[in-house]
Amino acid sequence: MDKIQLGEFIKSIDKDLEIKEGNQYIEVAVPPSKLYLLAKELRDNNKAQFDFLFCLSGVDWGQDIGVVYHLRSTIHNHSIVLKTRTSDREFPHFDSVSDIWKTADFHEREAFDLLGIRFTNHPDLRRLFLDNSWGYPLRKDYVDDINIVSK
Amino acid sequence: MEEKVKSIAPDEQQEYVVNMGPQHPSTHGVLRLVVSLKGEIVKNIEPHIGYIHRGIEKMCESITYPQIIHLTDRMDYLSAHINNEAVCLNVEKALQIDIPDRIKVIRTIMSELTRIQSHQLWWASFGMDLGGLTCFFYGLRDREKILDIFEETCGGRMLVSYNCPGGVMYDIHPNFQKRVKEFIKYFRKILPEYDQLLSGNVIFHERSKGIGKLSLEDAISYGITGPSGRASGFSCDVRKHEPYSAYDRITFKEILFTEGDTFSRYTARIDEMWESMNIIEQLIDNIPEGPFAVKMKPIIKLPEGEYYQRVETARGELGVYIISDGNKNPYRVKFRSPNFVNLSVLNHIAKGFKIADLVAIGGSLDLVIPDIDR
Amino acid sequence: MGIKGMKREEFGDNESLDLLNESGSNVLLTTIDDVINWGRKNSLWPLTFATSCCGIEMMATGAPKHDFARFGMEVYRASPRQADVIVVAGTIVNKMAPVLKRLYDEMAEPKYVVAMGACAISGGPFFLNSYCVVKGVEHVIPVDVYVPGCPPRPEALLYGMLQLQRLIETQTMKSRKARNTSHDSK
Repeated sequence: MDKIQLGEFIKSIDKDLEIKEGNQYIEVAVPPSKLYLLAKELRDNNKAQFDFLFCLSGVDWGQDIGVVYHLRSTIHNHSIVLKTRTSDREFPHFDSVSDIWKTADFHEREAFDLLGIRFTNHPDLRRLFLDNSWGYPLRKDYVDDINIVSK
Repeated sequence: MEEKVKSIAPDEQQEYVVNMGPQHPSTHGVLRLVVSLKGEIVKNIEPHIGYIHRGIEKMCESITYPQIIHLTDRMDYLSAHINNEAVCLNVEKALQIDIPDRIKVIRTIMSELTRIQSHQLWWASFGMDLGGLTCFFYGLRDREKILDIFEETCGGRMLVSYNCPGGVMYDIHPNFQKRVKEFIKYFRKILPEYDQLLSGNVIFHERSKGIGKLSLEDAISYGITGPSGRASGFSCDVRKHEPYSAYDRITFKEILFTEGDTFSRYTARIDEMWESMNIIEQLIDNIPEGPFAVKMKPIIKLPEGEYYQRVETARGELGVYIISDGNKNPYRVKFRSPNFVNLSVLNHIAKGFKIADLVAIGGSLDLVIPDIDR
Repeated sequence: MGIKGMKREEFGDNESLDLLNESGSNVLLTTIDDVINWGRKNSLWPLTFATSCCGIEMMATGAPKHDFARFGMEVYRASPRQADVIVVAGTIVNKMAPVLKRLYDEMAEPKYVVAMGACAISGGPFFLNSYCVVKGVEHVIPVDVYVPGCPPRPEALLYGMLQLQRLIETQTMKSRKARNTSHDSK
């Protein structure tokens, strides 16, 4: 399916989702409550069959914190981008998709480690690179006067 | 008194936890594996990483785009040229610059030489892990020939930083074509000898056939790309699906197997070396004339937006995701590294095998640890 | 002619080592010193310790083209108890520093440290704006020889190891004892 058909397909699943045409892929802005069901539908539906999650990145947008999912279908050869965000900076949490795509396991641990995003229903959410007393380095308000020169 | 002494029946074994620590000759870097064993059978593996986490993604937010290239060199240092190419292609795509043909062909030839060089080092250390120290000396001897070619043109042996946004840093040396052709002629004769050293060996067959099977559904779900994924039947070669540089004008085969065990991962990489030589031979004689770099502004600023570029490194698919807000530093850079994903499947495929097989499986997945930690 | 045939005067400006050599001592003790030093410097066994890219150049130095073994570094020992010299090749980060200190403490005397590469000398390309890189391995363990480069060429590493051999050659029993007790771990 090309970008326009994908847009219509997403609208047919849920009318209220915002769809934006990015530079390369079509981007869907998903509220956190609808994320898990949409992800499962995208993998299981015969017209979509997005079975390859090729990038899961946590992003600090300044005011909000969010996650960006890049999905691809190996059968139909189309790609899509899902974005969620929340404005709760103290305790950002989203649903884990690690039982839909097993590669999300490690990627979500990395997002937790570097940005502090928690994922509910994750089998083993622990810090990966840094130890427990470190802050969350990739956040924009991470302050480290010794090492980092802030402009 | 007797009840306090617990006796263990001879056939009831307890689980024993062994630490294959950060400093270990066969983990190819600083990877710590906490392995729980029952006798010699592996029950569970837990990788602990972060021993070489240098914070590259955070550093990228405070430097300019051409400076990111020097940091990507040091992530997966064996495919250094291909990592640089990923960032350059992303920046050029965002600025919508047309790259002349000469640059594309030079980049492709260098990428394939990098791929051969990386597989040579993999072969050398895989043989050494399994106990055949001869492989180490043979593999590294011929890798020096490629490093000499790199050094003459790019100035560096392994960490080249030859690409820059807009082209390459210098034109190729006049000796380049001659030396590459000599190398290919030499390597074609000698690669069957290397292959025979391991694949003609019955001990190697016993240690690798049927060990560490990865099914196709698991490969897609875990996202395993590169030769490890293609050995399970996952057709994921970015050079075929989304061709970049000069890959759309040449013909080559995508190496696919179906068994998914250690032996097919081994054979996939050896066959990839043959295919790389075919690709270089198609391109080396007709390098088009033209400029070696396009003139760019001194300060590069990408327009606002998000850009994703996928390339095929020697170990899998590298993705560079740049979010830009219009400044000269990027807002967020994320590197989707192939080794990070390949490590996550180690627990799944090594369960139930012996600890000596774990070394063979880890070697066949070809992990480079700084790429995991970034 | 090769590196081994170079005269001492052409080797560089390590004049402090030469002054040490000329200071002279009792004839019997200097002969014993010479024999001990000759034995030690010609069979330095390195520990397999490589964290990142410099590790590959260290492996390439052991490869057939620039052979390490002709200078006596015949085998790499995996266990720190059996190794003489630790070549710190690669970046050291905060999580790895206690491991390195422990490896160094487990090595038996006499032990030497070579800091290979820009990352081990001073943090290298990761000096600025990295939140978890140790800026130079000498914050963790005492260093004898620094080999600059990113990564250093195999010839540069060989030069560094030969400088280490010169350092060992000029040690007397008194200076060896002073060196060994000066960096005991507290």
